[in-house]
Amino acid sequence: MSDRYIARSPRIAARKLGDEMVVMSAADSSLFTLNEVGTAIWQSADGRTTLQSIVAHQVCQQFEVSEADAMRDAEEFVTQLSRHGILLVSDKPIESSSGGTR
Amino acid sequence: MSLMAQVNQRALELGVPISVHMDVTYRCNERCVHCYLDHDDRGEMSTSEIKGILDQLAEAGVFFLTLSGGEPLMRKDFFEIVAYARSLLFNVKLKTNGLLIGEKEAHTLRTLGVETVQISVYSHRPEIHDGITKVKGSLERTKNAIRFLRSQGLKVTVANVMMTPNLGDQEGVRALAKDLDCPYTLDPTITPHIDGDMSLLKLRIPTHEIEKIMHSPELVGGNVEEYCTPAPQADADTLESTPCSAGHTACYISPYADVFPCVQFPLPTGNLRQQRFLAIWNDSPEMNEVRSIRLKDLSTCSGCGHVGGCTRCPGLAYMEGNMRGPSSADCEKSFARTGIWSANMIRKFEQNVALVQITPA
Repeated sequence: MSDRYIARSPRIAARKLGDEMVVMSAADSSLFTLNEVGTAIWQSADGRTTLQSIVAHQVCQQFEVSEADAMRDAEEFVTQLSRHGILLVSDKPIESSSGGTR
Repeated sequence: MSLMAQVNQRALELGVPISVHMDVTYRCNERCVHCYLDHDDRGEMSTSEIKGILDQLAEAGVFFLTLSGGEPLMRKDFFEIVAYARSLLFNVKLKTNGLLIGEKEAHTLRTLGVETVQISVYSHRPEIHDGITKVKGSLERTKNAIRFLRSQGLKVTVANVMMTPNLGDQEGVRALAKDLDCPYTLDPTITPHIDGDMSLLKLRIPTHEIEKIMHSPELVGGNVEEYCTPAPQADADTLESTPCSAGHTACYISPYADVFPCVQFPLPTGNLRQQRFLAIWNDSPEMNEVRSIRLKDLSTCSGCGHVGGCTRCPGLAYMEGNMRGPSSADCEKSFARTGIWSANMIRKFEQNVALVQITPA
């Protein structure tokens, strides 16, 4: 998973609420709230950056966490959101994803 | 507490308008007998005005955006508005009669990522539905729209407003919704006309019919006994709570850019052609007055046994003359549900008894 590309699905809604990100999938109306780490991964999921790179350059630089722990949590997070169609995962860069992240 | 309830609670704590209902037009291609709107265009917002307001709403933290009307698809720029709203990552819900939704429109709504479409169906019988909408063939067109939307995998809710002309057809509409693979909601609320005319209220179904609906397991969709049990006596926490989300986490924007606490609460709080959204939301004296009201402040209702479990609508109360007063339609619902009179009903009864006593023999 770590060398895979992740992108926000075009069929999601998202908004910052306080220090959390509220995300809902239009596919199954599943609702999630993302904490600061989840939000950092979410905002970096542009389809052109690998999960490994996001963890190394966003998560580990912003939060005090080892790369191994961060990668384990990030993979679980991505698996969960991709199951609901909220994040797209591919071994190649992903062309289109949702525009804004506010 | 569900995650949705937690999100709403967090929005309340932060003072964020998490839900906005925007009517993009009051024009309509139906003429429903119970409709509270005036269908003329008296200066609707332009495309660029709506886009500018959507930018402001996103900045303010709005997440749930309901687009409605009138019939929203009457606007030629409707899909442009939806596309723009989706580019700002709103969760978009659409309320429509479906008459202008064919296969192509359904596909576009799906592609744009609209989350839910709510469509009004008044009866499973064309003569009743079309009689209410005043458009021949409207039931068939609405059903086709639902089929197109469902075939795209979109979620469609069938909304059944109950009134005297379609009384008794709720089971038929529920069965139709099931056939179309849609959730069904029933609403017996008929509101006064936007111009203050109360004559539409004669279409409200009588209390004993509301009682039948509220005691029907199929329509309640759960445990009737539990649903109809009177609320426990309100404690201090309940009395300190807010009446509903209007003005707290939700508001309404009209096609003319007027902002109100709710679509059913016609208290003007400001106009987006003159002020920024957050200036109205944060600083409007009217919005802040609505926001200041707690259940303990309600003139009759705070002492009513139903106060902890009533669906009292402050907007309907406002239209009755006092935003801190009772909403008689909700008093009737509480009575129909539990069999117990509300404080407002007792007060009215006592006033009537007094009048009888002073009538000369």
